[in-house]
Amino acid sequence: MGNMLKVEDLHVYYGSIHAIKGIAFEVNEGEIVTLIGANGAGKSTTLNTVAGLLKASRGEVEFKGEKIAGIPAHKLVSRGMSLCPEGRRVFQELTVRENLEMGAFSRPKAEVNESLETVYELFPRLKERYKQIAGTLSGGEQQMLAMGRSLMSKPALMMLDEPSMGLAPILVEQIFDIIKEMNKNGTTILLVEQNAQMALSIASRAYVLETGRVVSSGTGEKLLKDDAVRKAYLGG
Amino acid sequence: MVSYLINGISLGAIYAIIALGYTMVYGIAKMLNFAHGDVIMVGGYMAYCSVSYLGWSPAAAVIFAMAVCTILGITIEKLAYKPLRDASSLAVLITAIGVSYFLQNAALLIFSSNPKVFPNLFSDMFTIKVGEATVTSVAVVTILSCIIIMVALTLFTSKTKMGKAMRAVSEDRGAATLMGINVNSTISVTFAIGSGLAAIAGVLLCSAYPTLMPTTGAMPGIKAFTAAVFGGIGSIPGAMLGGILLGVIEIFAKAYISTQLSDAIVFAVLIIVLIVKPTGLLGKKLTEKV
Ligand SMILES: Nc1ncnc2c1ncn2[C@@H]1O[C@H](COP(=O)(O)OP(=O)(O)OP(=O)(O)O)[C@@H](O)[C@H]1O
Ligand SMILES: [Mg+2]
Repeated sequence: MGNMLKVEDLHVYYGSIHAIKGIAFEVNEGEIVTLIGANGAGKSTTLNTVAGLLKASRGEVEFKGEKIAGIPAHKLVSRGMSLCPEGRRVFQELTVRENLEMGAFSRPKAEVNESLETVYELFPRLKERYKQIAGTLSGGEQQMLAMGRSLMSKPALMMLDEPSMGLAPILVEQIFDIIKEMNKNGTTILLVEQNAQMALSIASRAYVLETGRVVSSGTGEKLLKDDAVRKAYLGG
Repeated sequence: MVSYLINGISLGAIYAIIALGYTMVYGIAKMLNFAHGDVIMVGGYMAYCSVSYLGWSPAAAVIFAMAVCTILGITIEKLAYKPLRDASSLAVLITAIGVSYFLQNAALLIFSSNPKVFPNLFSDMFTIKVGEATVTSVAVVTILSCIIIMVALTLFTSKTKMGKAMRAVSEDRGAATLMGINVNSTISVTFAIGSGLAAIAGVLLCSAYPTLMPTTGAMPGIKAFTAAVFGGIGSIPGAMLGGILLGVIEIFAKAYISTQLSDAIVFAVLIIVLIVKPTGLLGKKLTEKV
């Protein structure tokens, strides 16, 4: 199994706020790796930095064995990296279909239909609603659209930032099933979650973040049994 | 009466074409390009030079003016606005005013302040009679151009990949970047389109009102900006509707109330519309960005 993503000694500042204080982690090809941690721990900041939206002040990010510092975010997409951002951020005024087309922006026109089929298979609801204006979809449907949209670029590495946020338990389960399905289809997953229980149960490995630092890591099973982790994130 | 209406619509069509540039740049780059009006003036001078000095045909003159303005628009964006992408909107606004002064003074230096008499490129093509009123060929060409531009832009933004990407960037720049869209080049294309349209507006404006000076673009620029706000800034149909209404109101105010007061009346109508509907006639409600 090759190395998909390797982050070393990463530091990120917002002005004078030191949000990420030297974290390191890696994601191997085919894995589901999860980052868990409380509000403000720096999970989104980490993903946004890896995706090229934020600049690291120090440290290395290697993607598929290549250093990617300084490559603009939009170019990382065609290299096989995709981030489904926190809060969904679907294009409210575009239709479902147009949102999905935007997801495939970096790909040749001939391949768009093939990707559409793949996404419609995972999310049949999106196929039914392809003409609907995205802003009028329900929260769950918007989350599916956001995930489908990110999948349209046919990423090798898909990063998901709190896909279960604000969803009913039954939908959360559905979303996690789809994540497993995407992973089975060959997409490596880096998952950020507040729902630590669910995330740890599907993850190959996990890292626990606390105020910008990795404080614990290991397999999902190990962390599920870890006392400190149980206290802090699993309600005892 | 009919002839006032036609004059109003054709003046309004020019405002509409200019307003489209304001509104597209605002929608996508989230800035007010106050130098937009002066690009119109540059377009006017380019067409003037190619017809009067080089003896080119009107069609060649229009294409030349569009080419120059398109390049000018892209250059202005690259040099003046792109470095300020993350700066405060006040800094960007002041820069835009600076660019406007720069263009006016450059024109003053090159062409002097003496007004040039713009050759009417469409004068002797034809005239149409509508009842009592005669419609000049300039008016016909202006209104037709406006309709064609409107249709073309609507198709562009709804059907093409670049057009859809522009709508995506206008809504959420960060999310668009995550789709692999190059936001900078999208903004460049927007400036290119807006400035190309400004060149067309310049030629039409100078054909209808043939005095060309370095300040020629300033007033129509402000009026078109008003039209864009009137119709709902960021909205393409809004710019169209706003422009045409503004032209009609201006011509009727001039004809029936007072020539001196016409501009005041135009702005009074704007203020009333904004009090009743702060987002303009066709403006969408401003959605809170997370
Ligand atoms: N744009 C910003 N400007 C200043 N500080 C920020 C900004 N975004 C995040 N921060 C700060 O950086 C730290 C990490 O934030 P981040 O959003 O990465 O946390 P998170 O782990 O994703 O939290 P949550 O679970 O609530 O999404 C927080 O202290 C936050 O206040
Ligand atoms: Mg977050």
